[in-house]
Amino acid sequence: MKEQVVSENKILRKSLVAFTVFILAFAAGITAWKAIRREPQADKIPKTLRKGLNANEAFFSGLFNRDRLVPVYPKSQAAAKARVNGDLGLKDASFDAAKWKLQVVRGAGDTLFLCLDEIRKLPKTEVVFDFKCIEGWSQKTWWGGVRFSDFARIYHLEGQTKMGYVGMSTPDKAYYVGIDMPSILQPQTILCYELNGKPLPMNQGYPLRLIIPVKYGIKHLKRIGTIYFSNDRPADYWAEQGYDYYSGH
Amino acid sequence: MKKIVNKHPLAIRWFHWINFPVLGVMIWSGLLIYWANDVYAVKIGGQQLIKFFPDSWYKALHVPFHLAEGMAYHFVFMWLFFINGLLYVAYTAVSGEWRYLLPDRRSWREAGLVVLHDLRIRKTAPPQKKYNAAQRIAYSAIILMGIGSLITGLAIYKPIQFKWLAWLCGGYEAARLEHFILTIGYCLFFVVHIVQVILAGWRNFQSMITGFEVLKAAPEGEEQSTKPLTPLKP
Repeated sequence: MKEQVVSENKILRKSLVAFTVFILAFAAGITAWKAIRREPQADKIPKTLRKGLNANEAFFSGLFNRDRLVPVYPKSQAAAKARVNGDLGLKDASFDAAKWKLQVVRGAGDTLFLCLDEIRKLPKTEVVFDFKCIEGWSQKTWWGGVRFSDFARIYHLEGQTKMGYVGMSTPDKAYYVGIDMPSILQPQTILCYELNGKPLPMNQGYPLRLIIPVKYGIKHLKRIGTIYFSNDRPADYWAEQGYDYYSGH
Repeated sequence: MKKIVNKHPLAIRWFHWINFPVLGVMIWSGLLIYWANDVYAVKIGGQQLIKFFPDSWYKALHVPFHLAEGMAYHFVFMWLFFINGLLYVAYTAVSGEWRYLLPDRRSWREAGLVVLHDLRIRKTAPPQKKYNAAQRIAYSAIILMGIGSLITGLAIYKPIQFKWLAWLCGGYEAARLEHFILTIGYCLFFVVHIVQVILAGWRNFQSMITGFEVLKAAPEGEEQSTKPLTPLKP
């Protein structure tokens, strides 16, 4: 460290400058913080933060690799009882599972209707993975269904899967998610009708739910009613509640 | 005329004072996130000693039901924490400041003597340059902890795209626990740091703002080495 002999005047002047800059910088920091806190909100969080989350999405979705698989486990490690964490979109008492049909909107006025048996006939994919809730817990669970990319290929949705996003909603429209195309086409993403080798329980989204291991649980929509495709971001229930739209791993 | 010693370069002062509020925001927003799954506790023989955290704490700090808000702040401010930390490490490496900072061979032995001195058990402290042995270890450890927070944080944030990091941390849940422990570490560091700064006095504190410390004219008979903040010549 360098020692110097300087006049007391100079010490005073240097100190004054340093403290002034320090106080101004601190005031600027507090002002910026207050500005963020008071800012108009975009889907329940300050606009600046929403922009930040979207910038994160642009950055990290660029790193996303469809072939990078989620670690899988033997079925014996799967939880016997998969945790039930919500019943959004499942509260409609008039829902009749026997009459349920999946609606796949291929375009304006062009909707495909599929019953569960037709979906069960498609090639089956099973995945045992660490299901991660945005709350912070995770659980190894075992799911079965048809790979979304297989489903899209079999039903000739090539044109639709060239779009940017997939939207899904429950039959009562109370719960809805939007998912970027690379994530939905990841080979472990399935339209799921089985849990632990048995038909999905009602509270897990019977007859059909989404399992998308590269996303937080908030994107794993239970009881899918409608699937549609879009280049604009589909509405997303939890993103509207302040969460990150991407919510991907 | 007075003798001064140029102690803290301008860049390091900026990094330090930017890090302070940014880390504060990270810890606060991290608490908002942790609340949603607050499973950690210290237990001995089934007996719960400490619960992280008591409901009264949450209430007092307005923590409950702010998970989305916490995540938004956490994942924006993480960039400031990362960039500021990266610049600090780069500057320290390039400027040669690391020579004052990294523990040397004597530091491990001397750190204990420093602690004994600070606890008023031992009269004299070992001779030092800018930082004493305990400071060298603490300030180097805090850099490693920062790197640890970035690694464990990234492993939790993108456990698939960075699954090798998650693996390195011992898995997703282990990474979350490690991330939490590191944060508790910052809080403990902060407490000790504040106490030490208060004990070291105003001249030391203001050198973190002005960069220099005015040296006392050494009175007769006083030993240089007993004044922990009066550095020896490099």
